[in-house]
Amino acid sequence: MNWLTDISNIIKFMPEAIIAGVLLSVSASMVGVILVLKRFSMIGDGLSHVGFGAFSLALAANTFLDAHLNVSIDKTGWEYLVAIPLVIIVAYILLRLGESKKIKGDASIALIASSALAIGYLAINLTGGTSADISKYMFGSITTVTTTQMYICCGVAAVVIGLFLCFSNHIFAVTFDESFAKAIGLHTKTFNTILSILTAVIIVFGMRIMGTLLISSIIIFPALTSMKLFNNFKKVVWSSAIISALCFIIAFFAFYQYSSAASIVIVNLIAFIIATIVGKIIRRFSKK
Amino acid sequence: MSLISCRNLKVGYYGKPILSDVNLDINSGEFICIIGDNGSGKSTLIKTMLRLAQPLGGKIVYDSSLKKTSVGYLPQEIKAKSDFPATVFEVVISGCINRLGIRASYNKEERAIAMRYIKTLEIEDIIHKSFRELSGGERQRTLLARALCSSEKVLFLDEPFNALDIHVTNHLYHTLAKINSEYGVTIVMISHDVETALKHVNKVVYVDGTVKFVGTPCEYKKLGGQNNELAN
Ligand SMILES: Nc1ncnc2c1ncn2[C@@H]1O[C@H](COP(=O)(O)OP(=O)(O)O)[C@@H](O)[C@H]1O
Ligand SMILES: [Mg+2]
Repeated sequence: MNWLTDISNIIKFMPEAIIAGVLLSVSASMVGVILVLKRFSMIGDGLSHVGFGAFSLALAANTFLDAHLNVSIDKTGWEYLVAIPLVIIVAYILLRLGESKKIKGDASIALIASSALAIGYLAINLTGGTSADISKYMFGSITTVTTTQMYICCGVAAVVIGLFLCFSNHIFAVTFDESFAKAIGLHTKTFNTILSILTAVIIVFGMRIMGTLLISSIIIFPALTSMKLFNNFKKVVWSSAIISALCFIIAFFAFYQYSSAASIVIVNLIAFIIATIVGKIIRRFSKK
Repeated sequence: MSLISCRNLKVGYYGKPILSDVNLDINSGEFICIIGDNGSGKSTLIKTMLRLAQPLGGKIVYDSSLKKTSVGYLPQEIKAKSDFPATVFEVVISGCINRLGIRASYNKEERAIAMRYIKTLEIEDIIHKSFRELSGGERQRTLLARALCSSEKVLFLDEPFNALDIHVTNHLYHTLAKINSEYGVTIVMISHDVETALKHVNKVVYVDGTVKFVGTPCEYKKLGGQNNELAN
C-alpha cells in the first residue's frame, strides 16, 4: 500500500504542521461564523494584508539593521512582535468602524488592505529583499511550521473552543443583535475586544499556513458551508469546526505535494458546493 | 417613583441635536406612548435612555433600583441579516441572556419564562422554525417575546405593531396592558397608530424638536381638538 506509507511518512515528518493546521482551521472557522454573521467576511482579507505589511516592514528593518549596524541581536520571531499588536489594533478599529454609519466598513477595509500591501511591498523592494521573501508571506508554507508556532496554535484553539463551550449563548445574543444585547446589559465592548484579538492572532499565524492571499478562505468557507446545512446557531458553529478540520486533513494528505493553501481552498470549495446541493434537497423534503 | 428622569436632555447624532430641552419622567407602572412625525427623534430618544446613544447635553438620572439588566427592548429594525441561522426558540430565549451571568446554559426557570412568552404571543407552533424563514408578523412577535424575556421592570418598544394585523395588534395590546397592570412592568412604546394607542396607554408624550406635550390620552384628545398641529 503505497499511499499508506506515504501518509505515515508525512505524519512522522511533519506532526507540527498537521497539528497546527487542524487547530488553526478549527479556530478560524469558529471565529469565522461570528465574522460572517456580523457581515465582516472581508476583515480576514484586510487584516492579512496588514499582517503582510507588518512582516515586510520587520523584514526590511532587519535587512537594514544588518547592513548598517554591526550589532547582531537574536531576532527569532520578532516579526510576530511587530505584526500581532499592529493587526490587533487594526482589527479593533475595523470592527468599531462597522458600527458607525458614517464610514462604510467594506470601503475602509479595502483602503487599509491595499495601503498596507503597497507599503510592505515597497519596503521589501527598497531594502533589496527577494521575491522569495514575498512569496513566503503571500502564499504561506505549512511545511516550515515550528514547534513554538504549533504550541501557539494549541493555545489559540483552546481559548476559542473554551469560549464557545462556556459562552455560546452570550456569543449568540451579541452576534444576533448587538444593540439589544448592549441595551439589556451585556458587555459588548469586551466581546468586540476579544473578537478582534482572536481574529488578529488567527490571521497572523494562519498566514504561515495559508498565506496572505488565501487565509480569509478558511475563515469564511466553513461557516458558509454549514449555514447551508443547519439553521441553528450552535450546530452551525460546531459543524463548521468539524468541516474545516476535515477539509484541512483531506487537502493535506491528498495534495501534499502541491500547494497546501490552494488545495485547502479547493477542498473547502467542493465541500461548499456539496453542502449547497444537500441543503436544497433537505429543504425540499422537509417542506413536504 | 420616577425610574428614569431626563433633565434638559439633548439627543442627536454627531453633535447635531434632534431633540433639545427634553424634560421627561418615566414613572414606575406607567404605560407610555411616544408619538411624533417620522424622523422626529423618537427612536433616538429611546436609544439614548437605553445608553445606546450618547446624550449631547443635559443628563439622564436612573433610579438606583434600575439595573441595566432590568430593561427589555424591541428595536425598530434589527440588522439581522436575512441568513442568520437561528431558531425562533433560540432568539426568544436569548432575551434571558441578562439573567445568565457567567453560566454556560439556560436553566429550567429561564426556559419556562421563554415558553410563557412564546405562549402569550402564540408562536408555539413555530419555535423550531428558522428565524430567516418567518413572515414579518412572526418575526415581530418573536422579537417581542425576546424583549419580554429580558424585562422585569421596564420595556422599551420601538414600533412593536409594525407588520402586524389588527387581530394580533389588539391581542398584543391586551397582553401589554396585562403585564403592565398585573406584573407592574413599566412600558415605553413608540407607535404611529396614535388612535389605537390612545385607547390603551395612560400617558402620551408628543415630540417635535422638544417635548411638546405630556399628559393623559384624555388631555391629549381635548388639546388635539383645539390644536391642529397636535392632532396630526
Ligand atoms: N445612527 C444614526 N446616525 C446618524 N443619524 C441618524 C442615525 N439614526 C437616525 N438618524 C437620524 O436622526 C433623525 C431621527 O431619527 P429617529 O430617531 O429614527 O426618528 P423616528 O424614530 O422619530 O422616526 C433622522 O433624521 C435620522 O436620519
Ligand atoms: Mg423610529
